[in-house]
Amino acid sequence: MSFISLLWVLLLGSLLGLELIGKVPPTLHTPLMSGANAISGITMLAALTLIVKAEGNLPLLIIGSVSLGFALFNVVGGFFVTDRMLAMFSRKSSNKK
Amino acid sequence: MNLPVIIKFIIDLLAVLLLALGIKGLSKVKSARDANRLAAFAMSLSVIGLLSYYLGTSGVTIQSWIWIIIGSIIGSLLGAILAKKVPMTSMPETVALFNGCGGMSSLLVALGVAIFPISNSLENVDFFKSLINEVSISVSIFVGAITFTGSIVAMAKLQGWLSTPGWTQSKGRHFVNIVFAVASLIAFFDLINGNTSSIWLLVVVSSLLGIGVTLPIGGADMPVVISLLNSYSGIAAAAAGFVVDSQLLIVAGAMVGAAGLILTQVMCKGMNRSLVSVLFGGSLSAQSATSSGSGEYTNITSCSVEECALTLEAANKVIIVPGYGLAVAQAQHTLREVTKKLEQNGIEVVYAIHPVAGRMPGHMNVLLAEADVPYEQLKEMDVVNPDFPATDVVLVLGANDVVNPQAKNDSSSPLYGMPVLDVQEARTVFVIKRGMSAGYSGIKNDLFDLPNTSMVFGDAKKVLNDLIGELKDLGVGEK
Repeated sequence: MSFISLLWVLLLGSLLGLELIGKVPPTLHTPLMSGANAISGITMLAALTLIVKAEGNLPLLIIGSVSLGFALFNVVGGFFVTDRMLAMFSRKSSNKK
Repeated sequence: MNLPVIIKFIIDLLAVLLLALGIKGLSKVKSARDANRLAAFAMSLSVIGLLSYYLGTSGVTIQSWIWIIIGSIIGSLLGAILAKKVPMTSMPETVALFNGCGGMSSLLVALGVAIFPISNSLENVDFFKSLINEVSISVSIFVGAITFTGSIVAMAKLQGWLSTPGWTQSKGRHFVNIVFAVASLIAFFDLINGNTSSIWLLVVVSSLLGIGVTLPIGGADMPVVISLLNSYSGIAAAAAGFVVDSQLLIVAGAMVGAAGLILTQVMCKGMNRSLVSVLFGGSLSAQSATSSGSGEYTNITSCSVEECALTLEAANKVIIVPGYGLAVAQAQHTLREVTKKLEQNGIEVVYAIHPVAGRMPGHMNVLLAEADVPYEQLKEMDVVNPDFPATDVVLVLGANDVVNPQAKNDSSSPLYGMPVLDVQEARTVFVIKRGMSAGYSGIKNDLFDLPNTSMVFGDAKKVLNDLIGELKDLGVGEK
């Protein structure tokens, strides 16, 4: 990928992000923040790339692995915690007794 | 284009699409939960795409697999455990912690590539390419470090591990932060000039900058800061995408960065604060204590829990205004017991939720949902405001600034213009509060002086427990 096309990707990605959330009910601010936060852990892909391309370089493998750990902590924890919050919203609307 | 490249391209495209749909869906109550799962699925898909690409091209060595497995098991396990165990009241600091770790991850990737250049950046040694590489590495380190230290400070402050030191409110802090910012700029140019060792300077000063900017900000503004830092971690991820040449990372990072920025803006609006004043204004209480005459209270009526119970028993319609204090006292379950009793007696109970009630926008809804409050009873500010004149009793629990009539009446007040709940229109208002201390804005609340307002002093949880006892004695809710 040339640098210029990567810049285009950046630009379009930002525009998409700006458009995606227009009106958010305040109820969802916290879950949305934590969900978006989990997605920002996408750096796990960069960490994976680092490990795969380390070619036996031990310090690099360790850095990559620690980085992967941090990213997955963010991703897994973020999605679980968001799900926990959202589960509470769906619970009372579904099982009204 | 060979097969692995095509497959990866298609998977990446699909992942981006699903992530975008995920973020979109998260902004609607109905679809939010599915959208969150969709986004999680898209993330796993992206990992499968990347790994299958490497398996199909260069291959993945056993050694790499081992380190991948170690890192992912430890990270995922810790994340899952924390997510399951953490109480709902500590949600803001949990999000801050997760966010900080995302920033740390981007920082480490950039650091790793900077110290040990990976094979694909060695192939293209032309000047332009290496310049881009160094710029993106620097950005990734800079933003990643700020995200990490800023989030950790935010978390520590929300947990109460860290208070706002007095010296951070002086004007001198701007000077210190400017020094940090200039130092990181110097390190950045030094790095581009080929001096690799200045990377450590960059790491240190950008970390310090993250601390220096976050430390002076007051607890109530923290949610905005966390949301902003969340946006930063997206930017850090996009920068890391430039470092390792991944379009998927750039798109996803940019999306989160931009969406986070919008969310930050929305939150600021709800609190009637501008982003600039949140970031550079210091703690609001320190500011207003000097600027506005806080004034004395002249007409405070305090009453006992018993009186409060008697009035509640005679009411037809009750509106509860829960706030920060309720969240801190973790009294949402006790509150639910009180309202259950009232409902059993045929009293209509509604909760008025101010957009920034709780410790974070939307946090109050989560807390009340946890305590099994029916969703239909939670009313947003604009919906509930016309109802106050027809309401017999309003219970204000640990909320302060959001019920201050000054915001509507007094154009000289720092709160002026902030959307508030018009509780003073109700027949009787009970304010349950620890003492006469001001809200986080440090501004006198005119509501407390009104003739129809009575103060019930005490810890929210204790008062509510006493209230349950009194209601029991009155025979409310026992059929």
